[in-house]
Amino acid sequence: MATHVAKPVPPNQDKRWKLVDSSMRRTGEHSRGLIETLHTVQEAFGYLDKEALHYVAASLRVPLSRAYGVATFYHYFTLKPAGRHACSVCTGTACHIKGSAELLGVAKRALGIKPGDTTQGGQVSLLSERCIGPCGLGPVVVYDEEVAAEETPQALALRLKKWMVP
Amino acid sequence: MTLEKLEQIAQCERERQAQFADGVNVCVATGCLASQSQSVKGALDSEVASRGWENRCRVKGVGCLGLCSEGPLVSTRSGVLYKRVTAADAGEILDHAGKVPLRRLLCPTDMAFFRKQQKIVTENSGVVDPERIEDYISAGGYSALIQVLTEMTPVQVIQEVTKSGLRGRGGAGYPTGLKWSTVAKAVGIQKFVICNADEGDPGAFMDRSVLESDPHRVIEGMLIAAYAVGASEGYIYIRAEYPLAIKQLRTALPQAEQLGLLGTAICGTRFNFRIELRVGAGAYVCGEETALIASVEGKRGTPRPRPPYPAQAGLLGQPTLINNVETFASIPPIIRKGGDWYASIGTEKSKGTKVFSLTGQIHNTGVVEVPMGVTLREIIFEIGGGIPKGRKFKAVQTGGPSGGCIPAHFLDTPVDYESLAQLGSIMGSGGMVVMDESSCMVDVAKYFMEFCMTESCGKCIPCRVGTYQMHRILSAITNMTATEQDLKILEELCDLLKNTSLCGLGQSAPNPVVSTLKSFGAEYKAHIQEHKCAAGVCTPKAQEVCA
Repeated sequence: MATHVAKPVPPNQDKRWKLVDSSMRRTGEHSRGLIETLHTVQEAFGYLDKEALHYVAASLRVPLSRAYGVATFYHYFTLKPAGRHACSVCTGTACHIKGSAELLGVAKRALGIKPGDTTQGGQVSLLSERCIGPCGLGPVVVYDEEVAAEETPQALALRLKKWMVP
Repeated sequence: MTLEKLEQIAQCERERQAQFADGVNVCVATGCLASQSQSVKGALDSEVASRGWENRCRVKGVGCLGLCSEGPLVSTRSGVLYKRVTAADAGEILDHAGKVPLRRLLCPTDMAFFRKQQKIVTENSGVVDPERIEDYISAGGYSALIQVLTEMTPVQVIQEVTKSGLRGRGGAGYPTGLKWSTVAKAVGIQKFVICNADEGDPGAFMDRSVLESDPHRVIEGMLIAAYAVGASEGYIYIRAEYPLAIKQLRTALPQAEQLGLLGTAICGTRFNFRIELRVGAGAYVCGEETALIASVEGKRGTPRPRPPYPAQAGLLGQPTLINNVETFASIPPIIRKGGDWYASIGTEKSKGTKVFSLTGQIHNTGVVEVPMGVTLREIIFEIGGGIPKGRKFKAVQTGGPSGGCIPAHFLDTPVDYESLAQLGSIMGSGGMVVMDESSCMVDVAKYFMEFCMTESCGKCIPCRVGTYQMHRILSAITNMTATEQDLKILEELCDLLKNTSLCGLGQSAPNPVVSTLKSFGAEYKAHIQEHKCAAGVCTPKAQEVCA
């Protein structure tokens, strides 16, 4: 006899869960859509928290361990809330040759955090990216969505200083 | 959709374009976008509007024009190319439209960078509007698909591809025709075609450029492949780091569906094919085909032992054809012009052209397409324009973290799969990073080892632990704290990783170390014995205590 499993209820009343639900429906609520769904959650909420992982795992009928495994395996997913701004230094080969290590060092000192962390008060997140593609123009830094080509340590420091003021 | 209807669309589009007396194309691919080409396009648009030239001059956003280092690039219909254009130049460019070119911004199109290229895969890059399927059709697009569906059997298609001598452009160079026929012969309930657009090699961006500039070409290639092998479902697995390429594909796929070129009963035949987009989530190992399949299935991207190869048991255990973006993009011209034509380009064992991304310490950086068999010297010194600031060439890195560094005395090697493999490097997906004397080769080797260490999926021990150990030794060398014994262990580890790792990532992780040890062994020695770094990159540091 087929057993009917009740659909899990979203963790709260937040309207953004509707986006997540529709994303899961698009893949037929199949476990194959796990990565797609986590993308949607992260896009909507900025990060993946425990409730979200519980909800997605239950909805797609996969063990929580698998959802957690996928969320931690891929670099793109983050389990911590992101800051108001994101500074992402590209550390691809071409950028490395042109001095991205120095840029990352400057950013680390200016913010006092490691890549992957967010400053206290949630102002700025520092990220290091594997290679975002405009390699001809390295070293490249992405400020929020804006790509800065041939970035200098001075310009980077200046931008971060501005961002640090709430 | 029939050939006649397609011609009708093309005709319509050509007439539409002929209405305009002039046209200005602005590169809006990632490279030029990073140098603010969007504001240039905006300025041109508003300038056209303020002059009331809407019916006279067409401003078109196009894909990559190739020479990223001189961006933002703007080209006009009469073939003039402008470099380093700013929003303030919009008025002047329009003043000169259809007249004498504006000298101040002129970029000579007869320089070796353009002259030495032969464009097949990138023929439409910078010409067609990637957001309009009609533009692609007017450039001859989708005619190969219709030709295949109406005039050729799947076997004939595979024969044509085999005849062309095309080899996988993802790096390994497996003959494409052979792969297709294996999938075609395999037995399964359903077959899949996957396009590998997980271009993870840092310093490589050809696939991004192709997808951003001409997404329909890749879709057409996949459709032809699906027809040839008998697949009904396809996936494009693209990395999340390429938001623009994702956007162009999300625009292109519904357009093709709407015209009946994708979906069910394509062109009125019984052929059905759907393509879904799968966005990666930042894992280098997913470029490996079995890991990629796991990721498409929504799992962690860990590879599994082969055989069985995906051609026999791939996605959901069914026969699956996986090819790279550039491979699929090469298919439509091969069908249109014939396998023999394609085979006439290139060398005996490596046919056709290859797209490279040229970066690093070099004058002209960007995307170039050259026939196989040109020498590294031609690419770096003629097309690339040599090394800036009067510095000396030291090495060129090909193939990303799986490749090697090629020193100056091999510069006259022709670029093909076998020659590069002989030098201890690989063709790889086509990234070329040029280094001058300001780069320390030990530091470069350490950089790639760190990359492989963090990107190792952790499934097999040689790769998980071996890359960590190798990175530790390389760090010690760059910190000037290593001993001769360390160097010996490093060499042993190279051998161990190569022979015992599960997948390509671990097997090829030692390549940068092996190739630099071979060509630049003296640098390693200088670091260890004399505590010197000739390039001045490494400085002595107290040994870090590993936690």
